[in-house]
Amino acid sequence: MGGYSISDLWSILVMQGFSGLSLFSVLLLMALGLAIIFGQMGVINMAHGEFMTIGAYTIYMFSKVTQQYFPSLMPYYFVVAIFAAFGIAFAAGYLVEFLLIRHLYKRPLDTLLATWGLSLIMQQIFRTVFGAREVSATLPDWLMGAWKPTPDIDIPLNGLFVMAISLVVTAAVVLFLYRSSWGLKVRATTQNRIMAGSVGINTKKIDRVTFAMGCGIAGIAGATFTTIASTGPTSGSLYIVDTFLVVVFGGAGSVIGTVASAFSIAQAQSILTFFLTNAMGKVVTLMTIIIILMIRPEGLFRSKVRKH
Amino acid sequence: MNTFYTRWLGGKKGAIELAVLAVFILVVMPLWLDIFRLNLVGKYLTYAFAAVGLVMVWGYGGILSLGQGVFFGIGGYCMAMFLKLEASDPISTAHQTTPGIPDFMDWNQITHLPLIWEPFHSLTFSLFAVILVPILLAYIISTAMFKRRVGGVYFSIITQAIAAILTILVVGQQGLTGGINGITDLKTIHGWNINTDSAKYILYFTSGILLLGVIMLCRFILSSKFGRLLLAMRDKEDRVRFSGYDVANFKIFTFSVGAAISAIGGAMFTLQVGFMSPSLIGIVPSIEMVIFAAIGGRMSLIGAVYGTLLVNYGKSAFSESFPSLWLFLMGSMFIGVVMFFPNGLAGLYDVYMKKWVEKLAMKVKKIAVPGKLNSVKTEL
Repeated sequence: MGGYSISDLWSILVMQGFSGLSLFSVLLLMALGLAIIFGQMGVINMAHGEFMTIGAYTIYMFSKVTQQYFPSLMPYYFVVAIFAAFGIAFAAGYLVEFLLIRHLYKRPLDTLLATWGLSLIMQQIFRTVFGAREVSATLPDWLMGAWKPTPDIDIPLNGLFVMAISLVVTAAVVLFLYRSSWGLKVRATTQNRIMAGSVGINTKKIDRVTFAMGCGIAGIAGATFTTIASTGPTSGSLYIVDTFLVVVFGGAGSVIGTVASAFSIAQAQSILTFFLTNAMGKVVTLMTIIIILMIRPEGLFRSKVRKH
Repeated sequence: MNTFYTRWLGGKKGAIELAVLAVFILVVMPLWLDIFRLNLVGKYLTYAFAAVGLVMVWGYGGILSLGQGVFFGIGGYCMAMFLKLEASDPISTAHQTTPGIPDFMDWNQITHLPLIWEPFHSLTFSLFAVILVPILLAYIISTAMFKRRVGGVYFSIITQAIAAILTILVVGQQGLTGGINGITDLKTIHGWNINTDSAKYILYFTSGILLLGVIMLCRFILSSKFGRLLLAMRDKEDRVRFSGYDVANFKIFTFSVGAAISAIGGAMFTLQVGFMSPSLIGIVPSIEMVIFAAIGGRMSLIGAVYGTLLVNYGKSAFSESFPSLWLFLMGSMFIGVVMFFPNGLAGLYDVYMKKWVEKLAMKVKKIAVPGKLNSVKTEL
């Protein structure tokens, strides 16, 4: 690290730290949905990235339509579009659970393959509808620009906004899981499916809604994603491996674990990227996680319900 | 001889299936196709190694590896490193800044051969490396995981992550690995040019025979007590463990065998196609290898070969004429094979074709026996 003075290093650390926070937000939102689904049903949804892409394209369409027909509403569309991203991804997830996933609950490995197939199909649909080229939404003005606490440090506003959304969503998910009667049923099903069923919880319905919820959250992840990068048909699939590692590293089924692991992975990646090359930063991070997982397979936070 | 017949060939039924496959690969294909198409089939056959490995690992062992491309790739790279060193002798690379090192190293301002490349001057070492490096890696990964009783979906995810990491690493270390282009311009083994037509025929037959040999070896392994334990383990792992067996060791062995088989495929790929690149080791090729095995039938060693050939034929036929349709078809294959015919082609054969084939065989037999001619006539 020679050649940098202490104050330089500090600025770099803060700025890379903040750019890591954007990555953290996207990873967290992606992983949250995946972790809920995996924790409850033992199902890995390989098409999770594509639900994120659905969210991103929703924002893109909203921005196009608003720009074309209601230019005066430009500053506000983004908020509505986030809800729409959630709604559309939720609906798609509901449909997918009904048509595909529910037939495969007994065969988790097969679900992996089937959802991979689904992701291929969805990617091709995106390509057919939106074209192979990457698109980006026109962001409202208040998302542009940067906040400068000191002359050396630039913190982009969109990053702060993305982080705010992800924290709000995480809080909402925690509240939902631990403070609502629906969340109680979800947790009951996660802990003991048969018992939950026998006390009158409709576990199939719980599964379907949980799956759809997970996908909906991925939709929000896609919405936040548009503020930091442009969207292509395969945007979501680029994040899927990282997201899996976040979930596994955090300990499936533990929200705190997911937050902690998303944070450490995103920060490690972002800071290492500055000192090594882009590729090597990622390699070192992922490799470290895998080695830690080999030593401690249950992840950061052991979950009571984990079965392989 | 008896053991050979019942265990290596798999009895009468197995021997017939194997013979049909052998005739198909070694006689029908070379007679039917020109050298360009045959070379393509040869390339598919190398993927079939990986698919056969997956039948062992996934079908029988119940371990879904989404990183089979890693082992395929390592095998291929080990072979390619040897070939590249032979192709970069000081005379033919005299125009480089540093003669005698591979061209991509020269482009990346590397002035001496990296230490890890040195041993690949020797063919013997390279051939051993093709098999042993993947086995070592597979052993490390699977020991770490299975000894701690991590399995199922977790294992799949980790193997997939390893495939991703290796791809990024190979692409990123351009000076050491040739980067995204891989190792290209491979020419000779000890002066024997691999790019001539006759060499391509020889390599094709080598692949075919090796593949048949690997299938026989797998049959031998599976027909032992170990094979039965493997099945028992897949279905009720705890019961096998409680019977006093160390389940992890069996899994480690299976996974390593699968890795070695894929690696042989990778080495043959390099020889037949003449290059090796990271596009063959990543997530996508790895999971495509799973679909080859799944389409063929995850429990059928022979089916895996047909599955690989069929999917790849479909891929090249479709992506030539309707490139956008191919992904839809591929996606539907993943979903269809899981939802509607989990045993793949082999399963379909067992359900629909087998009776018909057996009936036909009976009739042929009756005709062949002259004493029963009359009864056949009435039956016909």
